[in-house]
Amino acid sequence: MKYVDEYRDSLVARKLVAEIHRITTRPWALMEVCGGQTHTLVKQGIDEALPEGVRMIHGPGCPVCVTPLEQIDKALAIAARPDVIFTSYGDMLRVPGSTTDLLSLKARGADVRIVYSPLDALKIAVANPDRQVVFFAIGFETTAPANAMAVSQAAALGLDNFAVLVSHVLVPPAMTAILESPTCQVQAFLAAGHVCAVMGWTEYEPIAERYHVPIVVTGFEPLDLLEGILMAIRQLEEGRAVVENQYARAVTRGGNLAAQETVFRVFEVGQRTWRGIGTIPASGYHLRPEFAKFDAEARFDVGDIHTREHPACIAGEILQGTKSPLDCAAYGGLCNPQKPLGAPMVSAEGVCSAYHAAGRGLAAPTAFPLYDLAKVAR
Amino acid sequence: MCLGIPGKVVEIRDGGPLRMALVDFGGARKEACLEYVPEVQVGEYVIVHVGFAISRLDEDEALRTLEMLRTLDELMVQQELGAMPADADAPGVAAP
Repeated sequence: MKYVDEYRDSLVARKLVAEIHRITTRPWALMEVCGGQTHTLVKQGIDEALPEGVRMIHGPGCPVCVTPLEQIDKALAIAARPDVIFTSYGDMLRVPGSTTDLLSLKARGADVRIVYSPLDALKIAVANPDRQVVFFAIGFETTAPANAMAVSQAAALGLDNFAVLVSHVLVPPAMTAILESPTCQVQAFLAAGHVCAVMGWTEYEPIAERYHVPIVVTGFEPLDLLEGILMAIRQLEEGRAVVENQYARAVTRGGNLAAQETVFRVFEVGQRTWRGIGTIPASGYHLRPEFAKFDAEARFDVGDIHTREHPACIAGEILQGTKSPLDCAAYGGLCNPQKPLGAPMVSAEGVCSAYHAAGRGLAAPTAFPLYDLAKVAR
Repeated sequence: MCLGIPGKVVEIRDGGPLRMALVDFGGARKEACLEYVPEVQVGEYVIVHVGFAISRLDEDEALRTLEMLRTLDELMVQQELGAMPADADAPGVAAP
């Protein structure tokens, strides 16, 4: 596939690893913000190929993982209503709420549907005028333009049976919260390429300057990540701390202005609670008052929500980068992809699922299912 | 969810309320919204994320990055040589 395969060349990857080893003189701790990047790093073993003492700390950039339990419980309460068609990105369906998850609710007869795009949810609303269609609008800055466009179109079409349950979070306030933490070990960031494709990188410049931390806007293929790591370590070694752009083929400094215009017409910035991390001021989007009639939380009375996290799950510490999945007593046993206790084991962007898929810390490797099947057949 | 995929615009569909396109992802074709990259033409590459093209791929930048990565060997050799004391008689050392 063009623009994918070229960035997976193993010979070039080995050269980049050699160059990283050549320029590194000291131990460094880097954080990749995005969970998609975490999966590539772990799957390709990039983090294990780095010089001794250079650590990748996995960041909180898993949208499903940081969606607060309270919002998931609200989603479950709304989805259980007989008049509702509840639509969501597929990742969200197996994320555990306090008592159940959306997939179990669907198995019990609730009308829960996976959509690829919020525009699909809008089509369902148009096709079902006698039903209420609710879309679970979660994610970082990357999904915001799509979710904003769905709301904007619903307004343009005058749909009164479409609503969104919003749980939108933003990357820069999370980075600042991590840097402000007294236990922060992060010395450089790989910023998420697609978040920056939408928002650009001007918001990161004051962070790099104020905290003297290098920030490299980085893509998602193995060579992108290796080059991003190389650029970040080069800055650290030289004592520089600026924003650099590794992902120049997709990201410009100002970002996508058309997308930003729609996002800020529909949403405004406000306080958000992050699952496992807590409340961060000005860290997410809420619907603007002009679009309040599309707010599912206002449209449906969900009653009292009493949240309860599984006591064995340490997702909060893992999301903040202070613990690894291998530090968790439940990892691989009580908590596994078939029966996840926490969101990071569910999501395609969760750290625990990345480790599990690569067979890290597991007695039996899981990375070669065909091989395992062959053993069983014998 | 942040997994954007690069694909080639093969057809632009202007009939509806939103500017849409048929995008080819290495053989698999899917519809995507072009509202956020209105300048994109058929044949160009975009990064598609939850049904929306969020960025037009800059072919020159893509080539530049690849070229830079492929010439890493030469760069490394030049840097090693640059760190060594100058020797006018050393064979095969070209000025950068």
